[in-house]
Amino acid sequence: MDIIVCIKQVPDTSEVKIDPVTKTLIREGVPSIINPEDKNALEEAIRIKEKYGGKVTVITMGPQQAEEALREALAMGADEAYLLSDKAFAGADTCATAKTLATMIKKLEYDLVFCGRQAIDGDTAQVGPQLAEQLGIPQVTYVKEIKIEGDSLIVKRILEDGYEVIKVKMPVLLTATKELNTPRYPSIKGIFEAYREKEVKIVTASELGIDPQEVGLKGSPTRVIATTTPETERAGEIFTGNVKECVQNLVQRLVEKHLI
Amino acid sequence: MDFSFTREQEMVRKVVREFAEKEIMPRAKEIDRTGEFPWDNVKKMANADMMGIPYPKEYGGAGGDYISYIITVEEISRACAATGVILSAHTSLACFPIFQWGTKEQKEKYLVPLARGEKLGAFALTEPNAGTDAAGIQTTATLEGDHYVLNGCKIFITNGGAADVYIVFAKTDKSQGAKGISAFIVEKGFPGFSIGKIEEKMGIRGSRAAELVFEDCIVPKENLLGKEGEGFKIAMVTLDGGRIGIGAQALGIAQAALDEVTKYVKERQQFGRPIGKFQGLQWYIAEMATKVSAARHLVYYAAWRKENNLSYSMEAAMAKLFASETAMEVTTKAVQIFGGYGYTKDYPVERLMRDAKITEIYEGTSEVQKMVIASNILKM
Ligand SMILES: Cc1cc2nc3c(=O)[nH]c(=O)nc-3n(C[C@H](O)[C@H](O)[C@H](O)COP(=O)(O)OP(=O)(O)OC[C@H]3O[C@@H](n4cnc5c(N)ncnc54)[C@H](O)[C@@H]3O)c2cc1C
Ligand SMILES: Cc1cc2nc3c(=O)[nH]c(=O)nc-3n(C[C@H](O)[C@H](O)[C@H](O)COP(=O)(O)OP(=O)(O)OC[C@H]3O[C@@H](n4cnc5c(N)ncnc54)[C@H](O)[C@@H]3O)c2cc1C
Repeated sequence: MDIIVCIKQVPDTSEVKIDPVTKTLIREGVPSIINPEDKNALEEAIRIKEKYGGKVTVITMGPQQAEEALREALAMGADEAYLLSDKAFAGADTCATAKTLATMIKKLEYDLVFCGRQAIDGDTAQVGPQLAEQLGIPQVTYVKEIKIEGDSLIVKRILEDGYEVIKVKMPVLLTATKELNTPRYPSIKGIFEAYREKEVKIVTASELGIDPQEVGLKGSPTRVIATTTPETERAGEIFTGNVKECVQNLVQRLVEKHLI
Repeated sequence: MDFSFTREQEMVRKVVREFAEKEIMPRAKEIDRTGEFPWDNVKKMANADMMGIPYPKEYGGAGGDYISYIITVEEISRACAATGVILSAHTSLACFPIFQWGTKEQKEKYLVPLARGEKLGAFALTEPNAGTDAAGIQTTATLEGDHYVLNGCKIFITNGGAADVYIVFAKTDKSQGAKGISAFIVEKGFPGFSIGKIEEKMGIRGSRAAELVFEDCIVPKENLLGKEGEGFKIAMVTLDGGRIGIGAQALGIAQAALDEVTKYVKERQQFGRPIGKFQGLQWYIAEMATKVSAARHLVYYAAWRKENNLSYSMEAAMAKLFASETAMEVTTKAVQIFGGYGYTKDYPVERLMRDAKITEIYEGTSEVQKMVIASNILKM
């Protein structure tokens, strides 16, 4: 089985702080990681390869430093890696991202395309579904379990109030949830192989044969007008003093508001 | 001049740190309390290919570089110093001499499973009456036909009893001093080989320090490592490398103490503010951080020299001397900065202080490191 996994390098949001003045993320000094659910996608792809044979190819669109994410994926056990990197790709929205990824993937052989459910920075969960549309293949999102039956997959997808079981023919695009598996640590040997024996192929817009007008900011129908932090409309109130006073104050306030 | 790690080495540190924080660190307190040998940690390290990092893949290793191995010892020791020395003794003291002096057959039979982490190794030089004066060992090996017969005993052997393969030093020629010593590869099950007393230790309590007893122990002739009479040289060269590992262990312990202190002084309030606001403590922290950084440079400088096939005996001794004394100093200061809480088992700093002490003793005491350094400088 040939499996393609799309991974995104994201800032480790568990270590991100917000600038109190500009209200934007302070990206400086924040370590970059592979988007967590993309690691679940990659882990599953590697497990399938280990069981059924084949090849795992990882792809990312991003700046040069995204190579590190690809090396880590190679260290976990991926076989090949493509870094789609070009100034023309900058400022892409989900649509342009999906378009760029699709153009690359169409050049490769695959039975399965795997994405994470959602990126922890962009948070839209749109790239996977849009990519499936661009490739013209079926998609199953929110995957928590996969079984392979010949040329089909039996896939369990998580819903809010249960799960759905779907049988789907390959090729197909899946988006992985964290419930799918526990990603392995890259082995130390894997790290050495990733740097010494495996290659990250860097692909530019012209090598991809894609019109620069159709990708990046220019190819993005989304326009960000402004970014704002929602105002807190309700002010909290903290009662101080001993318990008795606090309770009295609280009850009085609730009565004033006609809540009790 | 270039002080940076390669991207490969950075990735090793990142991955090992995450592994150590999630898999090793949470167990450190319990391992210290019970003194149990952490088999689970050893298995996990083996699964992550950590038990033979600097050895070629054809011999079961990860095919990596020496600096990556030292990074791994540092990061594992930062999480649990007992686990750190298990790794270091196995890799530097047991695997190394087989890799360096073993025949092809010995490497295939012993190095491959050791470097893969399927088997654990140990190094047995010290005896009750021969510690610093290692040439004074009394264990004997007598050639009888197709095998040697070993008699004597070793003490304080790290991984003793847990290990499957032991590098054992014994006298093949009692009339000689250092030149009469030979090295042997001894398997756990060889007839006449047994484990004696297991020490109750102050620190690194999860690691094993055991007595090995040889009573007419039969060791096949082909298990002689190197040539007869080469044993002392093998031991000394092996310990030169081992000292970089212990330097890294000490560095990991010191770093752990510094990390704990950095957190604590921001949280603990006295006189209405965090104690980190007091200049008296800031000066301690500045001194601790500076020493840790100096130790780090010495340790990685020695590792870099070994990696690049430059002489490293003196640099390894300097690294081990300075890093171990830094670990002792920094952990003692850490207990001081934690105050009464630091003296309790509610916080890890008292364990770090107990763990640090051994780094000034094994693989050559601080006094021995100074002897090595001075003899390199004075050449007299
Ligand atoms: C600083 C910043 C500025 C932005 N500006 C804009 C903007 O102006 N307009 C706009 O529309 N959007 C903007 N975005 C959002 C950006 O377009 C998205 O981050 C990106 O397109 C991917 O969408 P997502 O992060 O929501 O990924 P999701 O759709 O949540 O990701 C789902 C999965 O798709 C795959 N995937 C996503 N991105 C990639 C990738 N690059 N390479 C490989 N696989 C990938 C992964 O498998 C991932 O798990 C901005 C984001 C940032 C961080
Ligand atoms: C937990 C632990 C694990 C160990 N693991 C191993 C192992 O795996 N394999 C192994 O072979 N050994 C091991 N050892 C032994 C260790 O290497 C020795 O304890 C160490 O070399 C010191 O020897 P000694 O204890 O006999 O002290 P001694 O040699 O008796 O020294 C006592 C004191 O005298 C000082 N001294 C001695 N000679 C001189 C001199 N010429 N000049 C100045 N000062 C001097 C020493 O520095 C020390 O302070 C281990 C020990 C411990 C405690």
